[in-house]
Amino acid sequence: MTAQPDTAHTARSQRSPIGTSTRMTSRLTRAWRSQPLGVIASVYILLLLIFGVLAPVIAPYPPGKQNLLATLKGPSAEHLLGTDFLGRDILSRLLVGIIPSLGYAMTALVVFLVIGIPLGILSGFRGGRVDAAISRISEVLMSIPATIILLVVLAVFSSSPMAAMIALGLLASPGLIRVARGAALVVREEPFVTAAGVSGVSPTRIMATHILRRVLGPILVQASVFAGAALIVQAALAFLGLLSDGGQPTWGGMVGEASQVISFTSWPLFPPGLAITITVLAFGLLGDAIRDASSDEVSPKPRRRRRTAGAAVAKATTTPADAENLLSVRGLRVTLDSGVVLVSDATFSVGHGETVAVVGESGCGKSMTALATLGLLPEGVHADAGSVMFDGVDLLAGGAAAYAKVRGSQLGYVAQDALGSLDPTHTISSHLREVVSLHEKLSSADLRARTRELLEQVQIADPDRVLNLYPHEISGGMAQRVNIAIALAGRPRLIIADEPTTALDVTVQAEILALLRELQQGTGLSILIITHNWGVVADIADRAVVMYAGEVVETGSVDSIFHTPRFPYTAALLAADPSTATPGSRLTTIAGRVPPPGEWPVGCRFAARCPFARDICKEGPLPLMPMPPQSETRCVRADELKLNESLPR
Amino acid sequence: MLKLALRRLAFSVPLALIASMLSFVLMAFLPGDAAQSLLGSNATETQIQALRDELGLSRPLWEQYWNWLTSALRGDFGTSLVSRQPVAEILNARLEPSLSLIIGATLVASIIGIAMGIRAAKRGAMGKVVDSGSLIALAIPDFWLGLILVVLFAVQWKLFPPTGYVSISKNPALWAVSLVLPIITLSIPAMARIAKQTRDAMSTALNSSFVRTLRAAAVSERSIVHRHALRNAAVPILTIIGLVFIGALAGTVAVESIFAIPGLGSTAVQATAARDLPLIQGVVVYFTLIVIVVNLLVDLAYGYFNPRVRVR
Repeated sequence: MTAQPDTAHTARSQRSPIGTSTRMTSRLTRAWRSQPLGVIASVYILLLLIFGVLAPVIAPYPPGKQNLLATLKGPSAEHLLGTDFLGRDILSRLLVGIIPSLGYAMTALVVFLVIGIPLGILSGFRGGRVDAAISRISEVLMSIPATIILLVVLAVFSSSPMAAMIALGLLASPGLIRVARGAALVVREEPFVTAAGVSGVSPTRIMATHILRRVLGPILVQASVFAGAALIVQAALAFLGLLSDGGQPTWGGMVGEASQVISFTSWPLFPPGLAITITVLAFGLLGDAIRDASSDEVSPKPRRRRRTAGAAVAKATTTPADAENLLSVRGLRVTLDSGVVLVSDATFSVGHGETVAVVGESGCGKSMTALATLGLLPEGVHADAGSVMFDGVDLLAGGAAAYAKVRGSQLGYVAQDALGSLDPTHTISSHLREVVSLHEKLSSADLRARTRELLEQVQIADPDRVLNLYPHEISGGMAQRVNIAIALAGRPRLIIADEPTTALDVTVQAEILALLRELQQGTGLSILIITHNWGVVADIADRAVVMYAGEVVETGSVDSIFHTPRFPYTAALLAADPSTATPGSRLTTIAGRVPPPGEWPVGCRFAARCPFARDICKEGPLPLMPMPPQSETRCVRADELKLNESLPR
Repeated sequence: MLKLALRRLAFSVPLALIASMLSFVLMAFLPGDAAQSLLGSNATETQIQALRDELGLSRPLWEQYWNWLTSALRGDFGTSLVSRQPVAEILNARLEPSLSLIIGATLVASIIGIAMGIRAAKRGAMGKVVDSGSLIALAIPDFWLGLILVVLFAVQWKLFPPTGYVSISKNPALWAVSLVLPIITLSIPAMARIAKQTRDAMSTALNSSFVRTLRAAAVSERSIVHRHALRNAAVPILTIIGLVFIGALAGTVAVESIFAIPGLGSTAVQATAARDLPLIQGVVVYFTLIVIVVNLLVDLAYGYFNPRVRVR
């Protein structure tokens, strides 16, 4: 264990006696650093409210005071924001207009929350008929444009702004109901709520305390966004002159007055219009900040991607002994953009017509190795050292152009998620036609014949029927056959299959493996298969590559790996495999867990879990060493250990 | 898809009923008598009684609604209290300007918004533009934006007429010119919403497993984006286009008033100001019917883009 937890502990115990004000400041600094716009928006809204309350005191002129000798003036020392068509001071009217403008929006907000929160939580928490009824009514309310309903309300209720704002809150509440419902649905299933229910806490209390607290984040986001929307609607109605404002200026009304004199001057449009825009923007930014704050706790932002194609990659390119290998991966390193290394040293090769399996527990970097070899790493991850020699060309150094040359035509890929790997909006025929056309210029009839042929090659019995189906109409096993057909379309020399059978039923697994084996034998294809299943290794592979914590720890023929493992992890993994265990005896497990990326020790990464570990194992980085006749291992004690004795056979 | 459309149609009936019932329900909440409230305190008792008779206010509300509904089903929405013209006649004449405006704005917003959203999904500068641009575009009130456009393009530079509408049947060129500023006004916030939704839907689609399969099979990035990802993103994009259309419909209320376009929206404002209940009631029905038709079209379009919907 490192010293990290200790320092954290002392830091905490030191912090507690410090005064609350200091803690507040540090919290504000943190908020400022992560959400500067959110802080600015909150400060702006706070200041706006203070100015609004103080408006009668701080406004330079009474808002209704006319001066017909000084109408429509621009900004001056006397009137900082100029005067309107009756010579009234625009700044004063803007300040006095804060409370009515925001006040009406807040009325709508209160109605929005009072209706939306309880109904949403009730709907999500109770489910069933209550949920169905609330959802149906919400659906109807959401389908009618709110604006027109507000006009009806105003027509009936003599332009009452109160009635309009209550109606607005009501009409918008389905949006909040939906959000609160969704959040409550998630929280309902969580253990602490279930536990509270079991221990006899009444449902009302659970809803009011536990769920409300948890769904507060999304509700605040909605509330903030709606406050802005309500302000816009209120301003629009005031602008149209449909609200009886009782003589008080509102921002929307001021824009309306300004629009009457637009042919003389446009100036009076700007102060109230910008006030509305900036305030709505502030509410929007506040909502965004709340949303980010509630999701930030989960994942820190990745740093910007740094591409290091140069020196590090070029270092290990030339390896003369690779002539007989189709694929030779040397010292491949895969790194997150944040700098965390996921794979530190993947070194293995695949010969012509050979099937090689990469084995290891989840989290050892097998899939990342496969994707890096294919040049298909997801966003935020990149290969920044080592070489991927394919047929004598370093693909990693060659970059996108080198990959473009071999993909499909030389290198095929089969993924784990068979159905998800097919585009749901295209038929099987459409998939195959597109891929075949990339490699061969064929007439329409020949194209159809070729797609049929591909499906026959993957042993699909009725290709003509399957061609016209969409992915959702076929089974997982069938989908995996189609994926193999897609991989075969360009007649590749190597197929990289990432756990191709893991997601399938056991019987289908065997069929897919048999298919791969037959294809390999029939066409002289090379296969690199990623798996965590020794059964798959035994079934199909010639050689195996064992990975642990981001590096290759052992390579060798399947025979030598199974019978004379040269790395303790391999032996332990074999002993823990249910298919090789002695029936009736207790299945061995490996104590501990794979150290996650970023927490790898300097020496042997398996040492902490290894029964044979000595001090020498922990001293420094260990290279992959050749072990005659044809194996490689990273174990420094490989010569002295007799690991095959620890196997259950 | 047929089932989905039928379900939506079945849902439309109660929707239309509830929407049309609304003003009658609201009148029940009015203190005192609608006629009195409509005419204000200066009206004489004879005037009030006349209006009461015309609106049939002496009868119970449900009966008033029933009478209105049975007439409405025959296409008779009553008579405007102000102009004394049949409501249906007034509103039919207002359809062309409103639909020109809404369809135009939706088209412009969809074309530009989708293009921007696709670019934004592929990272780079456009992502930032869409992020900050949509935040600002959605914060600007449409009525103010319209006025600013009038100030710039009509008053200052005299490029477009500040107000007015020319029917397409009279002069298609002037029709187009008269619509430019109103369409820009309505399409800017709409564009922001479409661009954001397109960006999100495209990012999701581009992160799907099938995209990796296609990349591994050497399918071009162009085909991946346009043939595959966009098709998969079509359903959420269509949903937002439907919502944008309905938003533009609501936007006509302010925008038609600013640009003096004789459409449903400006009529609704005038009817509200004049408290012309039969007319505003008619606008509600027209709005609701347009919403129903748009939703139906969106559903049919879902089926075109999503084979899973189509089969069911």
